[in-house]
Amino acid sequence: MDTLVAQLQRQFRDYTISLYHQGFLDDQFTELKKLQDECSPDFVAEVVSLFFEDCEKLIGNMARALDQTGNVDFSLVGSSVHQLKGSSSSVGAKRVKGLCVTFKECCDSQNFEGCVRCLQQVDIEYKSLKAKLQDLFNLEQQIVQAGGRIPQVDI
Amino acid sequence: MARDGGVSCLRSSETMRVGIGGMESPPLDLDEVHVLAVDDSLVDRIVIERLLRITSCKVTAVDSGWRALEFLGLDNEKASAELDRLKVDLIITDYCMPGMTGYELLKKIKESSSFRQVPVVIMSSENVLTRIYRCLEEGAEDFLLKPVKLADVKRLRSYLTRDVKLSNANKRKLPEDSVPVNTSLPPPPSPFTISPVSSDSSPPLTISPESSDSSPPLSPLEISSSPLSSPIDDEDDDVLTSSPESSSAPEESPARRQKMRSPLD
Repeated sequence: MDTLVAQLQRQFRDYTISLYHQGFLDDQFTELKKLQDECSPDFVAEVVSLFFEDCEKLIGNMARALDQTGNVDFSLVGSSVHQLKGSSSSVGAKRVKGLCVTFKECCDSQNFEGCVRCLQQVDIEYKSLKAKLQDLFNLEQQIVQAGGRIPQVDI
Repeated sequence: MARDGGVSCLRSSETMRVGIGGMESPPLDLDEVHVLAVDDSLVDRIVIERLLRITSCKVTAVDSGWRALEFLGLDNEKASAELDRLKVDLIITDYCMPGMTGYELLKKIKESSSFRQVPVVIMSSENVLTRIYRCLEEGAEDFLLKPVKLADVKRLRSYLTRDVKLSNANKRKLPEDSVPVNTSLPPPPSPFTISPVSSDSSPPLTISPESSDSSPPLSPLEISSSPLSSPIDDEDDDVLTSSPESSSAPEESPARRQKMRSPLD
């Protein structure tokens, strides 16, 4: 009979694998995990938290710029998109990064409708990732609280 | 560049307590490599800082080229005699930054007498050949593609502190017609790599062929066989490479980083 710890560990493993397979995360997230150790046990959580704050700020900038009806500064939007693309790349937020690529193209071609669509998608996507990673971190916590160790998951 | 005991740049100062010349020089603590990291993105700064700390570097992270110059004391004309000794072994900077780009920062560092010997590494999320070549031509030691990985930083770390004693044959020559390599300096430990090389192994002498071989086994980014003849329509009008690189279509290349020996002044 499975112990609670074993069950949680299995859930954690399966969930992690699914996040990669569904394209939410890429190997840069794995790289971040390498930087986590006993001295910095919350490194990944801290970095992604900063990333999500960044998302909120940058998306706000983009929304404001796109809101200037008739006078949209696409280079300004583009510059925020560029920054978001950079930070999403650095944390392994694969889908967000992919959306930024499309978004940048819309900015470059001054495609207003395209930009608005991309903005909506990016907003949904980062929030979705945020929720999923929160679930993942919660699982980690539960494992530790149940006295177990967080398994290393090889993707 | 890399000397015994690693590279350091000690600002000369009459007020230094420890004698800098001759026998009295303090031994460089090989583990105390001090890196100045420059990136306007907070997320990237945190990551690069951690990457460096985990490889036993001391890190000072700043968010702009101006702050970097300020830290180095290069932001004004004042003589640095009254400033404390500043030891910076490596400067790693993002390319795309508002205000002052990494390239502009690189130029200022290479123009300074105090810090021109400090290796400067450029990071960029965009794999643009002309950009890479421009930076290397200006004296950048290395060019890393973002997102930066632990393996990249470990590789940098290794060439900072090891005692480089490679033969000239291992030096990566620039394409023909380019400026000659400064042969008085140790060659780079690992030149162009064309694939995500695991750098857990010791810095490989996977040397790209001399340009005279004219065999370009490297990725499409490698254009060593072409002479540097035609100017590229680059934003800075620099005559760099003959690669028909257009900035609107950056190549997706397997190369994770480019490295070329660049001459020092």
